[in-house]
Amino acid sequence: MSAAGAALEAAGAAAGAEAQASGEVQEPPAPALDAGAGYKMTAEGVSVLYSGKEAVRNVTMGFKERSVTALIGPSGCGKTTFLRCLNRMHDMTPGAVVTGRITLDGVDLYSRDVDPIYHRRKVGMVFQKPNPFPTMSVYDNVVAGLRLNGVRDRRALDEIAEDSLRMAFLWDEVSDSLSKPAVELSGGQQQRLCIARALAIQPEVLLMDEPASALDPIATQKIEEAIVDLKRELAVIIVTHNMQQAVRISDYTGFMYMGDLIEFRDTRKLFTDPRHRLTEQYVKGTFG
Amino acid sequence: MDTARRRARYRALFRQNVPRRLAVDRVMRGVVLACVIVAIVPLGSILAEVIANGAQAISIEFLTAAPGAVGSGEGGVGPAIQGTLVIVGLTCLLGVPVGIMAGIYLAEYGRGRLAGAVRFFTDVFMEFPSIVMGIFAFFVVVLVLGHFSAWAGAFALSLIMFPIIARTTEESMRLVQHTYREAGMALGLKKWAVTVRIVMAAARGGLVTGILLSVSRVAGETAPLIMTILGSSQFFGGFGGPVDALPLRIWRLSLLPYDSAQLYGWGSALVLITMILVVNVCVRYALMGGRASPLGMLARRRAGARP
Repeated sequence: MSAAGAALEAAGAAAGAEAQASGEVQEPPAPALDAGAGYKMTAEGVSVLYSGKEAVRNVTMGFKERSVTALIGPSGCGKTTFLRCLNRMHDMTPGAVVTGRITLDGVDLYSRDVDPIYHRRKVGMVFQKPNPFPTMSVYDNVVAGLRLNGVRDRRALDEIAEDSLRMAFLWDEVSDSLSKPAVELSGGQQQRLCIARALAIQPEVLLMDEPASALDPIATQKIEEAIVDLKRELAVIIVTHNMQQAVRISDYTGFMYMGDLIEFRDTRKLFTDPRHRLTEQYVKGTFG
Repeated sequence: MDTARRRARYRALFRQNVPRRLAVDRVMRGVVLACVIVAIVPLGSILAEVIANGAQAISIEFLTAAPGAVGSGEGGVGPAIQGTLVIVGLTCLLGVPVGIMAGIYLAEYGRGRLAGAVRFFTDVFMEFPSIVMGIFAFFVVVLVLGHFSAWAGAFALSLIMFPIIARTTEESMRLVQHTYREAGMALGLKKWAVTVRIVMAAARGGLVTGILLSVSRVAGETAPLIMTILGSSQFFGGFGGPVDALPLRIWRLSLLPYDSAQLYGWGSALVLITMILVVNVCVRYALMGGRASPLGMLARRRAGARP
């Protein structure tokens, strides 16, 4: 157990005890980040307002390098909204206001010096529904992030395309049909193509918004294998509705409810020994 | 017991409705079919009339020679064909970039009052009588330069072209799902790269349709040309001088009492319609790989590929 985990756990325990004492959900725990933990990415007191309505409230989380962090919780609990903050995707949403502090390698990504375009090249994202670019071939999709940013070196592109497709566990299936239109792939292949596309820009953090929710169990399994493999190289933050999936692939899990981060701990502990009554009800399937 | 009774009741209701619904269905089918016929018959009869009357005018001389003496039945409409190509080409050079840029602005950046105003005025512009564009071009180009010119004609026509392209571009770009824009943004692409390489690529079909629609429209415009290019019996002699154009030629010929002039008028109309058709089919085929054209669909069906 690392120092960071211990610190978060202690904070979670305190909050849990408090909630039990009062008998209902109070102000959510805001576990302090462990200064010495060396997080890749942190969020401190992050809240998101959608045209005045609070979708995420005071969330504090730290994400470590080479780890998978899962965000679980019922629909509408704010987990996707929170995930999108980490990539500044709300910049495009009119009426969305993000407060609090989010850092990547210690740099506040909402500070004036940070250009969201350059930030997004370090933080890749995979969306809920597979969205390969419809006018492009498989190959063009994988290298789109590089080529449309001006990379012309054909050999480098070929190399990166193969690497990325291998990392996404898709290479064997498409290596002889790279020039095929991407939309002709199956749903699961399309989603792995989107993972490859996100990996091609060599991100340091990968955000995944329910990447397997539209897929069947076999396609899901392939994506999960890819995620577990990716952990060796980068930090993965994944939103999922599927609790078994969180157990299978993640190291840390955060449970969100109505915009609050209720509990954030080591995955195994969160599922076997939840500190908070709501977490317990949710992971045991009493509600949700 | 309850379930069975409820089912029986609803079944009875359905049965009561059946003959009436079938009748409505039949009537509606008839109405729709009748509307299609009403719409197609005039169109088909115009086309048949133009072909029947114009076909006999077509000859090499008709297509290539300058007009002979009025009423002589000699010469051809070469300058008008050439002039139409020049004017429409020039119009595209002016109208397409402005129209597409305006469409991009409306679709990707347009929020607030400015965009609302632009959208409103492009809509109004689209409904403007085309002769007003001609008068406007007459005042700002012809009077300023001091003579009728191809530029003035192209200017007037591009005013007609630009709102059509702007609105079709906007509409087709809006149809592109937001998720592709997000995927592009998430790759760290600049907004311009997302707009041009992803959104416009996906909206390609709509853009091409808009351009072709506007080309077909302006190629047939007569009124704005009367006040701008004047017309001419000579071949193209520079952008600064008067030129001829097919719609203008058709209009002038139709006013003449001679049989030969009437014949040439029909022939010119046939040439204009054919040109527009050929341009439509060719551009679609070239830009869309035949995906959006009836001919391309036919070709693929032959080849046994999926539509």
